Amino acid sequence: MMDELRELYQEVILDHGKNPRNFRDVEDATSHAHGSNPLCGDQLVVYLKLNLDEVIEDVSFVGKGCAISVASASMMTELVRGKTVDEANDIFDHVHHMCTGEGEPSTANLGPDADRLGVLSGVRQFPVRVKCATLAWHTLKAAIEGGEDATSEA
Amino acid sequence: MSDSAVNQAVNQAGLQEIYDVERYRRDFPILSQTMNGEPLVFLDSAASAQKPRQVIDAVSAVYETEYANVHRGAYELSARATDAYEGARAKVRDFLNAAHDREIIFTKNATESINLVANTYGRRFLQPGDEIIISGLEHHSNIVPWQMLRDEKGLVLKAVPVSDDGEFMLSEFKNLLSSKTKLVAITHTSNALGTVTPAAEIAKLAHSAGAKVLFDGSQAVVHMPVDVQALDADFYVFTGHKLYGPSGVGVLYGKEELLNAMPPFMGGGEMIAEVTLEKSTWAALPNKFEAGTPMIAQAIGLGVAVDYVTAIGMDRIAAHEQDLLKYATQRLSSVEGLQVIGTAPVKAAVISFTLGDIHPHDISTIIDRAGVACRAGHHCAQPVMDRFGVAGTTRASFGLYNTRSEVDALVDAIESAREFFGG
Repeated sequence: MMDELRELYQEVILDHGKNPRNFRDVEDATSHAHGSNPLCGDQLVVYLKLNLDEVIEDVSFVGKGCAISVASASMMTELVRGKTVDEANDIFDHVHHMCTGEGEPSTANLGPDADRLGVLSGVRQFPVRVKCATLAWHTLKAAIEGGEDATSEA
Repeated sequence: MSDSAVNQAVNQAGLQEIYDVERYRRDFPILSQTMNGEPLVFLDSAASAQKPRQVIDAVSAVYETEYANVHRGAYELSARATDAYEGARAKVRDFLNAAHDREIIFTKNATESINLVANTYGRRFLQPGDEIIISGLEHHSNIVPWQMLRDEKGLVLKAVPVSDDGEFMLSEFKNLLSSKTKLVAITHTSNALGTVTPAAEIAKLAHSAGAKVLFDGSQAVVHMPVDVQALDADFYVFTGHKLYGPSGVGVLYGKEELLNAMPPFMGGGEMIAEVTLEKSTWAALPNKFEAGTPMIAQAIGLGVAVDYVTAIGMDRIAAHEQDLLKYATQRLSSVEGLQVIGTAPVKAAVISFTLGDIHPHDISTIIDRAGVACRAGHHCAQPVMDRFGVAGTTRASFGLYNTRSEVDALVDAIESAREFFGG
């Protein structure tokens, strides 16, 4: 029992969950999106600042959520900063496939980022928690695409 | 099992005196399962209760021996199905102490019952500017239909606030009541906090202001005896699946004169007296509100669930659950960092709590691995969560089959969650 739980709640998840990185807004954000999980009421806002070359100059989030969703959002902000929109979309595809088993795995070479994201794969043993891990990523995608809202159902 | 057979079983075991919870547990096949390698500790009956063998068998028996459409066939089998379906209505009438069988309408669930009243009574009798009063304790099902009606008809919707310990504030209710108030729709027991509201007093005050009153009894009928005539309720709704019955069947009780004055809800078969291509006339109660083929087996199953709890005795179930509530409140309060949300003096066996800043979903995942099933989240009562400044809670809710040792298992599991997250 504890092994699976340790797999889900790895130290890095617990750390990001307790001390989320980039947990703030971005004053000169070029876009933002609101994400919610209607099942549990968790909410977050992802802020994004893109430059003219479509590079993510800054990304942050605020909101309330469980350890999994906060850690996932926190790690996401660290990973996509400095990436182009295309690269961020590749990472999204990778995470989505890893957590849900759905869609196509990203063919892009994500390098060390793929290893860092591996800690989120523990949710596959806990189907009811998959949406906790993917909420922030759907919200990021909505912000990139200029949408206002994302839900964990997306 | 028939009514008399359940009674006989109870008498044989001498259970009128002793509450033999282990014996009742054996009636619920699902409870003997293990979950993640641990004995299942089911503490989510407020979301939906488990079903006793008697109900499961009764539903099977309907399909195996007495199934046909009701109120239609002139043949023996249809007559037997109709008798069983109408028999279930009589059992529910008895259970609520309603005056007439025709005051009991079968619906899909409590949500549909409330929507029925909003769409028929509300649309026909409420005028722009009229006021509806709900409370801050309501489940979304007793909020949203009234908001929709308000927006359609230009009504005013007011909510009675909730005190710091989760009580319905009667003095505030008195302040909100006026001659403009036409309908008061209040939960009889809060699903999120367990608070029992002073329904009889609410009805009395509402009536003295000239308003009708609806109670959402989904959480009340499972925990205590309810008498709609003693409460003087105009409408009383509940759902079957929380009362150890099948899902897919709910009940609307309404006073006969009100139900007669209301237009039908849905149109179709069964609810008509006569149909021509130009116009139709309505059937008498209760059929007027039961358009189409009803939930035949589910209603019959609900009747058997009513038999089951009645044979044990709602007052004895209430006493057993109150013992569990007291014990669980005491044990949980000893957990470091645990805060019980909702400490009203009159409560049903429902305990909502927070544990430091550990999110309810994380708690739920950890204790689930120990076999303990609790609900985590906002419990379809977001205004209650807002009132107490939390996004959600973990909720343990108790039924007739829960035990003190299950409370111990819950507390142990919560302690391990606390340790896991370094709380």
